[in-house]
Amino acid sequence: MKILYPFVAVLGLIVIATIGSRAGMEPLFGIVFPYLAILIFLGGFINKVVGWAKSPVPFRIPTTCGQANSLPWIEQACFDNPSTSFGVTVRMFLEVFLFRSLFRNTQADVYDGPKLRYGSSKYLWLFGLLFHYSFLVIVLRHIRLFADPIPFFVKILEFFDGFLQIGLPHLYQSDLVIVGAILLLLLRRMLLTNVRYISLPADYFPLFLILAIALSGMTMRYLTRADVVNIKQLAVGLATFKPVIVGDLGAVFYVHLFLVCALLVYFPFSKLMHLGGVFMSPTRNLANNSRMVRHINPWNDPNLKPHSYASYEDEFRTFMVEAGIPVDKELPAETPAAE
Amino acid sequence: MANKKVDELGVSVAREPSLMTGAIPTQDWWDIPAVFKPGNYCYPGKPEMVAYHSKSLPGKFGEPRVWDIESDDWKLPENWKEIIINGFKERLDKFRSLKIFMDCCVRCGACADKCHFFLGTGDPKNMPVLRAELMRSIYRNEFTKAGKILGKLAGAREMTFGVLKEWFMYFYQCTECRRCSVFCPYGIDTAEITMIARELLHLVGVNTNWILEPAANSNRTGNHMGLQPHTLKENAEYLCDDIESITGIRITPSWNRKGAEVLFITPSADLFADPGIYTFMGYLLLFEHIGLDYTLSTYASEGGNFGLFTNNELMKRLNAKMYAEAKRLGVKWILGGECGHMWRVLHQYMDTMNGPADFLQVPKSPITGTVFENAASTKMVHISEFTADLIRHGKLKIDPSRNNHRRVTFHDSCNPSRAMGLLEEPRQILKSVVNNFYEMPENTIREYTFCCGSGTGLNTGEIMDLRMRAGLPRANAVQFVKDKHDVNTLSCVCAIDRATLTNLVDFWVPGTQVCGVSELVGNALIMDGEKERESGLRFEPLEGMEG
Amino acid sequence: MYDKGKVLTGLAIFVAIVTFPVWYDLVHAQHVPKLEKPTLSKKCVADIAYMRTSHMVLLDNWRNEVVREEKRKMIDVEGKPYAKSLQMGCMKCHPDQKKFCDECHTYADVDPFCWDCHFQPQKETK
Repeated sequence: MKILYPFVAVLGLIVIATIGSRAGMEPLFGIVFPYLAILIFLGGFINKVVGWAKSPVPFRIPTTCGQANSLPWIEQACFDNPSTSFGVTVRMFLEVFLFRSLFRNTQADVYDGPKLRYGSSKYLWLFGLLFHYSFLVIVLRHIRLFADPIPFFVKILEFFDGFLQIGLPHLYQSDLVIVGAILLLLLRRMLLTNVRYISLPADYFPLFLILAIALSGMTMRYLTRADVVNIKQLAVGLATFKPVIVGDLGAVFYVHLFLVCALLVYFPFSKLMHLGGVFMSPTRNLANNSRMVRHINPWNDPNLKPHSYASYEDEFRTFMVEAGIPVDKELPAETPAAE
Repeated sequence: MANKKVDELGVSVAREPSLMTGAIPTQDWWDIPAVFKPGNYCYPGKPEMVAYHSKSLPGKFGEPRVWDIESDDWKLPENWKEIIINGFKERLDKFRSLKIFMDCCVRCGACADKCHFFLGTGDPKNMPVLRAELMRSIYRNEFTKAGKILGKLAGAREMTFGVLKEWFMYFYQCTECRRCSVFCPYGIDTAEITMIARELLHLVGVNTNWILEPAANSNRTGNHMGLQPHTLKENAEYLCDDIESITGIRITPSWNRKGAEVLFITPSADLFADPGIYTFMGYLLLFEHIGLDYTLSTYASEGGNFGLFTNNELMKRLNAKMYAEAKRLGVKWILGGECGHMWRVLHQYMDTMNGPADFLQVPKSPITGTVFENAASTKMVHISEFTADLIRHGKLKIDPSRNNHRRVTFHDSCNPSRAMGLLEEPRQILKSVVNNFYEMPENTIREYTFCCGSGTGLNTGEIMDLRMRAGLPRANAVQFVKDKHDVNTLSCVCAIDRATLTNLVDFWVPGTQVCGVSELVGNALIMDGEKERESGLRFEPLEGMEG
Repeated sequence: MYDKGKVLTGLAIFVAIVTFPVWYDLVHAQHVPKLEKPTLSKKCVADIAYMRTSHMVLLDNWRNEVVREEKRKMIDVEGKPYAKSLQMGCMKCHPDQKKFCDECHTYADVDPFCWDCHFQPQKETK
C-alpha cells in the first residue's frame, strides 16, 4: 500500500495530462497550471519559512561534533564545532553542499556475544549527493528554455554535462545519473528492513514523481523528440508574461510539464521543505559560543525566580548554625535550638 | 546467577527476532500498541511530589493523583487531549527547532541504528526517526494542511490514549544523548523532541517519580538526595577523614563562605555516592594542592538539574540558584564539577535563562593567570578545563605511577561531547596523571560516544533490564579495550555515569571500575607534607604496595 | 532570537533564484527565430514537423551511411535526385548557415558538431 498508492497517484497524473492535452486543453496545461504551480510553490515556500521564522530560537543548542573552542593550546574543530560566524558558514556550506553529516554514516550490526560492530556506510551519502547534484544540474540546464539570450553558465554546464558526445542529441550524464540515483534510493527504501519500515507513502511519492519527470523528459529528448523552438517560445512567454502556444508540443511535453507542476505544488507541503529547513536547523547554524556570548530568549520569564536563599535559610537555620555554617540571619536569642 | 542473566540478555539481543537482527515486524508501527509491564516503565510521580512542583509552577505538572501505569485508566483530566494539543501549539510557537524538526525529516534512516536504545532492544520505535514520528504524526494531523486533507496517507493520526501511552513509553526510552543528531543531515535532534514531549506529558500529569522527587529535593534542600546543610557538611568531613588517613593531610573545605574567590558546584552525588565520593576527594586534594580560595554551598549544592528532564521552567528555577548563590557570596566566578547534563544546562541554557552574570568577573585562574575567554559571559568553568590549564602550566606535582594499578579508558559523556565539545581537556589530564591510557574504538568515543543508557532520569532500578540493553553499546566498547589492553578502569566526567556505568560494567564487563577523572588526578597529586601513599583514594593498594 | 534579517535575506535570494528567467528576460531583449522559406525548391526531403524536431537524426543517419557504410546513392525527392549531404544537399536550398542553422540553434542553445568536420560555408550570398 505504502508503495502502490503513490505509484498509482503518479500514473494518474500522467493519464490526466495525456488526456487533458489531447482534448484541447493545452492552454490549461501549458499556461494556467504552470503559473498556478509556481505561485503555490513560491507562496507556500515563503509561508512555510516565515512560519518557522515566527518562532524564535530560544536557546543556543548546536550539536557539537568535535573539540570546542577552549584553551589556546587545544586545537578546535573549527567547522564541526564552530565558535565564530565564519566557522558556522563553513559548517553550513559543508552540510548543504557536501552533506557532511550523512558522510559520517555507519551501519551497526549485532553478533553473538553480544557484539556490536559499526561499519562505514557511505552509500546513502553517495546516492543522495548524486541525486541532488544531478537534479540541480538538470534544473539549471532548463534555464536555456526560459532565458533568451542564453546565460553563459548554462552553456558551460551543458558543455560539461554532454561532453561525452554519446548519441544524438548528446546524452547528458546528469540524466543517467539522476535515474540511477533515484532507482538506488528507491531500492534502498524497499530493501533495507529498517528504512522500509519507517517509510511512508509520502516518501515514495516524490521519488516516483521525480523519476517520472526525468523519464518523460528523457523520452522527449532522446526518443520522441520535441519542437524545442516552440517549447522555448512558450517558456520564454511564461517568463515574460506573454505566453503563447505555437503548434502541437506533444503529449509527452504536457505530461512532463504537468508532473513538474505537481512537484512544485506538492513541495511546500511536504518533507521536500528540507531544502529550506537545512539552512534553519538550530543544531547546525549556531556558533557554539554559548558561554562566551549571551544568547537572548525573547520569552524568557524574568519573574521565574529560584527557591530563595532566604526561605532556604529560614527552613534550615537551626541546623546550619549548629553545624557551623555561616548564616545571613542569626537565630533569635530567646529561642535556642531545641534539638 | 548473575552470569545466567547476562547470557540470557546477550542471546536475546543478538538472536531474538527484532529489527536489529533482521526480522521485519509484521505490523505497521502505528498498529503496535505500547504495553506496559513490570520492568519496562518507571514508577509514576507520587502525588505529593506533583503537588509540590505545582505549587511553584501551576499548571505545568497536571493533577496530583495515584495512578497505575499498567491499567487503562490513567485518571487523566477530562480534556487531556485539548491540553496536549494546546501545549503542542504553544511550544511550536516557542521553539523554532520543534517546527523544523517536525517538518523536515525525510526518513532517510541515517539515525536508525545510531540510538543505543535501538541497538540494545531492536524495537523499531527506538529508532530516533520513529520516536519523532510518534509526535510528528500528531503534528501533521493537527497543524498541517497535508495531514488534514490526506490523513493517514500523509502519515497523520489522531491523538489517542494509545498514542499517549506510546509517548510515555518511548520518550522515556530516550536519554537525550544527541547521538542521532550528529548523523542527521538536517541536525534533527531527538533530545529536543523528547524534551518537549516530556513537557507535554507533564501537563497532563504523566510523569515519573525518579525525576520529580530529586527535582523537588533539589528545589527545597539544594540537592537531589534532599541532604540538609549539616548532613552535607558532615558527609564532606567523612571524606576529609578518609583523605587524611590516605595522605596524612587534613583538608577543611569551607561552606557558604562570603568573599571566596571561587564558588565550586558539583553534583551532590559526589558527596555521598560511591564512586562519586572519590572524585570529590580528588577535587578537594586538587584545590588544597594549589591553594585555591574557594567555597562550597549548601544552598546551591547540586550541579545536576533534573528540571532539564521535566520542563524548561523547572530547569530555569533550579539552575537559578547557582547565580543567586554566587551573587550572595560575592565570589568572582564559578567552577563546575564533573557532570554531564549539568554541563548541558550550564553551557547551553544558564546564561540565556538566568544571566546576565554581570556581578561576576571573567574567570581567571588565580594560579596560572589564564583567562577563560570561552566562559567570558557565563563565567563558569569546567573542572577539566581548569585542571588541564594547571597541568599545562606545570603547576601540579604529579606522580602518574600512583595510577599504575589502573589501565584506563575514557568514556565521553553525551552532553559534554555533543552539547559542548569538551573532548581534549579530560584526555590531556588523563595522559598526565596515568601511564596506561587506551581509547575505545573510534565510533564509540568523542562526538560518536554512546550513552551510559540511563541518563535523563532513567537511572532507576525498576527498569534495570532496559538500562542494561541501552548501555550495551557502551559496555561492548569497554569489553573491546578490556580484551585488547586489559583495561580495568572506565573514567568519565559525569556523575550519572559514575553511578550507572558501575551497574553497567558490573553486568556486562565485570571487574571494571568506574571513576571520575578528578579521582585519578587526586591519586596522582604529590601533596605538600603528605605521608607515603600506600593506597589510592579507595583504599585500594597502589602498585607495589599490594599484600 | 529570530534572525529576521538573515531569514528574509535568504528568502529573497531564494525567490530571486527561482524567478531568475523573469528578471533575466526583463533586462534582455528577446529574439524569436524567424525562418525564411527557401526559394529554390518547395519540397523538402521530409515533412516540416519531422524536420523541425528531428533533422539532426536524419543528418546523423546520412553521415553514417555515406561516410561509414559507403552508401552514397542519391535519394529521390519527387523525381529529383538529392545528395545525402549537408552541404551538397540541404544547403543547396538553405544556403545561409546564419539564417537556416544558427537562427534556431542559438535560440535553443544547441551546439551541433557539423562544423567540427565540415568547413564553415563561406558567405556565398554576399
